[in-house]
Amino acid sequence: MNLAGRRTTELGLLVLGTMFVVGAYLLASLPDDSKIPTSVGPFLGVIVGLPLAAHLAVRRLAPQADGMLLPLASLLNGLGYVFIVRIDEARPHPRGLAGLQSLWMILGVTAFVVTLMVVRDARKLERYRYTAGFVGLVLLLLPLLPVVGRTINGSKIWVSFGPVNFQPGEFAKLALAVFFAGYLIEKRELLAINRAVGPFALPDPKHLGPVLIAWAVALVVMVSEKDLGSSLLFFTLFLVLIWVATERASYLVVGGLLFFVGGYLAFDAFGHVRERFDTWLDPWDKAKGFQVVQAAFAFADGGVAGRGLNLGVPTKIPVVESDMIFAAIGEELGLLGAAAVLIGFVLMIGAGLRIAQQAASGFERLLATGLTTLLGFQAFIIMAGVVRLLPLTGVTLPFISYGGSSLLANYVLLALLLRISDDTAARQTNARQTAEAGK
Amino acid sequence: MSRQIRNLGVFLVVCYAALFLQVNRLTVFEANELQDKPGNNRAVERDFSAPRGTIETVDGVVVAESVESNDRFKFQRTYPTKDLFGQVSGYFAFQLGSTGVEKEYNDELAGRTVHFDLKELGDLFVDRERVGNLTLSLRNDVQQVARDALDGREGAVVALDPRNGEIIAMYSNPTFDPNVLATHDFAAATAASEQLNADPEKPTRSRAFAERFFPGSTFKIVTATAGIERGGVTEDQPVYPVSTEYQAAGQGQPIGNFGGESCGGNLLVILQVSCNTAFAQMGVEQAKAAGMTDISRAFGFDQEVPLDLPGAVQSHFPADAVAANPPFLAQASIGQNDTQATPLQMAMVAAAVANDGKIMVPHVMREVRDDQGDKVKSFDPEVWTTPMSAATAATLREAMISVVTDGTASRLDDRVDEGIVVGGKTGTAQRGTDPPTSDVWIIGFAGPAGEPPQVAVAVLVQGQEGVSEQTGGRVAAPIGAEVLRAALQPPQRADQPAGGDTND
Repeated sequence: MNLAGRRTTELGLLVLGTMFVVGAYLLASLPDDSKIPTSVGPFLGVIVGLPLAAHLAVRRLAPQADGMLLPLASLLNGLGYVFIVRIDEARPHPRGLAGLQSLWMILGVTAFVVTLMVVRDARKLERYRYTAGFVGLVLLLLPLLPVVGRTINGSKIWVSFGPVNFQPGEFAKLALAVFFAGYLIEKRELLAINRAVGPFALPDPKHLGPVLIAWAVALVVMVSEKDLGSSLLFFTLFLVLIWVATERASYLVVGGLLFFVGGYLAFDAFGHVRERFDTWLDPWDKAKGFQVVQAAFAFADGGVAGRGLNLGVPTKIPVVESDMIFAAIGEELGLLGAAAVLIGFVLMIGAGLRIAQQAASGFERLLATGLTTLLGFQAFIIMAGVVRLLPLTGVTLPFISYGGSSLLANYVLLALLLRISDDTAARQTNARQTAEAGK
Repeated sequence: MSRQIRNLGVFLVVCYAALFLQVNRLTVFEANELQDKPGNNRAVERDFSAPRGTIETVDGVVVAESVESNDRFKFQRTYPTKDLFGQVSGYFAFQLGSTGVEKEYNDELAGRTVHFDLKELGDLFVDRERVGNLTLSLRNDVQQVARDALDGREGAVVALDPRNGEIIAMYSNPTFDPNVLATHDFAAATAASEQLNADPEKPTRSRAFAERFFPGSTFKIVTATAGIERGGVTEDQPVYPVSTEYQAAGQGQPIGNFGGESCGGNLLVILQVSCNTAFAQMGVEQAKAAGMTDISRAFGFDQEVPLDLPGAVQSHFPADAVAANPPFLAQASIGQNDTQATPLQMAMVAAAVANDGKIMVPHVMREVRDDQGDKVKSFDPEVWTTPMSAATAATLREAMISVVTDGTASRLDDRVDEGIVVGGKTGTAQRGTDPPTSDVWIIGFAGPAGEPPQVAVAVLVQGQEGVSEQTGGRVAAPIGAEVLRAALQPPQRADQPAGGDTND
């Protein structure tokens, strides 16, 4: 691959994506009064300036990194922003969601640049695996603490320090990905030892400890924080990484079984889990199903080509600006727009896994796999919930949903993937140069 | 590791493929089903926020229009004529749904018919409202005359053109103002709706086509038709005996005449004085049960009414009750027993006589045009039913004209110009109240001499004191006279100088 061309490709794709987003924004604003909105200046600053800044930072800090991820992320981010602006206009939020989201986007890109600056070598993260594990666990359980913990919309996943509310879970996932990657690379040989039980090859029970701990933490999160989505995501991340690290599919089987058992127990014991499940199976005649039913109506109204930007009524769907934003896209951009979002995520997953495949060190491979899994599964879990493929769980749609924690965490995730990609490419280039010099 | 990472990729792609399929299901395959789900009011809400065509009368008075509003819905439906056309236009309300023309022609008004779709492509770059504007066949001036003539009394007036079925006026008391239900102040709309529904007089339901009443002697036109078509009755034969009573074979009260008077004679004579005994005898002995049943059916009794308004009820002739019961048949033949009709049906009885025996499909919509003035839809005159031959119609036309010149309906031509020929028939249906009251009727037709009649009319006035056959002539005929006169004048378009338009 022509690594030098990656930045040119990236810039070209960014320009295309930005043109699309600007066009969408103008379309969304036109139907009301056929005038270019007055807020176009600040909007263009955010939508054109931020990707450009990110691109320049990559050019300087990770010049040989993959050129697809940033344009895809900024396209999805821009699309989400257009919808948030549009929703905020239809149903003004006291604090102004559009303004806040642009602030989160600025902070997100800043976090992206800072991550690239601070993490100059992804392999060095391996050293901090236990710190990361500890930090991740603390962050995950932080909302359970008195004083700082906050319950919003029925989920105890918020922490507030003074005026600042955030969801530590979003950052915990990153820390845990670092921890799992480091820990599993270290222990992979041990964990890979099988013991034959009848026809099955099962992991040695004495190495099941970590699995059980992860399972227990997942259950605690599910039950105490009422956060099914994060719990599912966290446990999936762990299972995928232990499977990839040990190359033992038996972990998937055992872990899957454990999750179902835990899920069933929770279903039996806790009302809110059962409620989610019942609503999923039959949302029609319950007030609880209102969200997914409204989402389904929105998709049905959208049809193939959608009702058109700003021509739908997405505000009929509760929390449409964050968890349910995929339904707003379905309504106004239709099957085509929804498919474009799906393709966007599939391409990001593809790019992420390619980075994982090519990475030189085991740690980097595992970390890239973990980060991609986080991104891909989180998007899948929430979109599947919105279209009622899975029970609805409250997680954000990466890069698209409104939300500062989510956006910041995902930009950091993106920076880490680019860092790994750049490391890999730089090492290949070095190797080639060394080889050529040696001739 | 590489194999696992590849498999992970495959697995994620499968997940996203499942998502894609499910999105297909929601947006395409199950979309219609979802849109029809109860609780899905998106389509209504969209209609509500969209422009909508006007409804106006043929003489150019706006009955319903959408004006821009600065609330959650962009347009407020208003009804400038208030309660004058309320029962025809119906209402277009967010929570209460829609009725009347608003319901029947919703797709045309909202611009959702094929006509509008086909034009859409070329309109992509043009800023225009794709809605249909509907013109009623009703005339504001005649409607107003009908209302004034009823003068607040409970009852109904229907005037139609017998030649093509166009309804010219259709008014009933009490009525309602659709504005109170269409308001975006939902609390007020709900309260108004509850109040209207609780009203025992049911103001939202038109007495012209959505309620039925005993037609009294106006039904004798149906009996006479059956007598001629099925019983060999002619202008001269038979001559019914002058009598005060008629007793059909079997148990039951004999039929008497109003005030115990005696009457009899040939068809012309018995129609002029509305002789109960003679028509009871004609029904039982000449027309017979089968003839009465067939002919009443042929007039539209017990048939779906093809009126282009929701809620039109069928009129009823008690075919089963009279089949083997001559005393019942005697009662039914003079519009009693369980014979019931809407004023619209009775106007169509007169129209059949006026239009050579043919009843045209009744309708209130004349045409729909798009915002460019192109015709989207119009009503083609169509025969609904043919209860009698042209010859029978000619006989009955002369007979009904003689009821006006020499009989009980003499006041029906009080108001028409020289050279206009008017035919009619009165009716009085006694109500079992104390002191005795009655629902009085007049049906009739009018037109220039030597031409087919241009207007058929039915008037019902309820709860009048007195029970004599003269009551119909005294109370209802003057209302009919006013309406006939107004309907025979060429319509004046509200936006044109007088005489600028002619009646077709």
